[in-house]
Amino acid sequence: MSDRIPILRIGDILVVSVQFDLEDQTVLNLQEDLADQIVAKSAQGVIIDISALEIVDSFVGRMLATVAAISRVLDARTVVVGMRPAVAITLVELGLSLGGVSTALDLEKGLAKLSRSTSTGPR
Amino acid sequence: MTAPWTADEEPQVYAVERSGDLVHVRQAIRALAQRCGLSLVDQTKMITAASELARNTLTYGGGGTVRAGLVSANSRRGVGAVFEDTGPGIPDVEQAMTDGWTSGGGLGLGLSGAKRLVDDFRLRTAPGEGTAVTIIKWAR
Repeated sequence: MSDRIPILRIGDILVVSVQFDLEDQTVLNLQEDLADQIVAKSAQGVIIDISALEIVDSFVGRMLATVAAISRVLDARTVVVGMRPAVAITLVELGLSLGGVSTALDLEKGLAKLSRSTSTGPR
Repeated sequence: MTAPWTADEEPQVYAVERSGDLVHVRQAIRALAQRCGLSLVDQTKMITAASELARNTLTYGGGGTVRAGLVSANSRRGVGAVFEDTGPGIPDVEQAMTDGWTSGGGLGLGLSGAKRLVDDFRLRTAPGEGTAVTIIKWAR
């Protein structure tokens, strides 16, 4: 089984909403699909909504960090939005502070963060 | 030592043979944690620790099993899980428990991170004989 998570586009921003507990292969597929879509759609930003995720382990955490890094290399910015408080506590205690990953509390704040960063000159 | 069960029911056994099995392990631990009445944060920590250790069982142990169930001791209740494989074992436990050290291309947070997330953590391993990790999260 290799499910693929739909990637939506709003203007020059890609939006992904993770709605269920992910198999490892699905996580890896998402990573590749996002890299492809950033280039194919000339996206300036990526928003990954994880508000439905009950846990983020080091595998998913690493994917988020990798997507952030890949998008940076492809001249786009990634914002992870909607992390649950219990997930944040657990991630930090696990030892994964997601340095280098931009976050926002919800989709709206994430979009605002992206539009700020894309409209204020050089990134 | 790998059987902390004192509660009235037998633990369930889950196979860890492919990466899709990790989803089932997480679901099973979540169901137990909810039945046990763990707080939301403690549920999240226990499920995350189980996910890390089950992935270790798969990646480093070449597959194995997870036994999980409710446990009780000193009038406390908790969720216990034992992750067992018959893989190569861990030659240097101290090194393997160090943050950031990995032999398999991961982040090196699995063992050390999982230990921080639970209340009881026991690791038994011997070169060539496999590894068993027992964790418990107690309800407060």
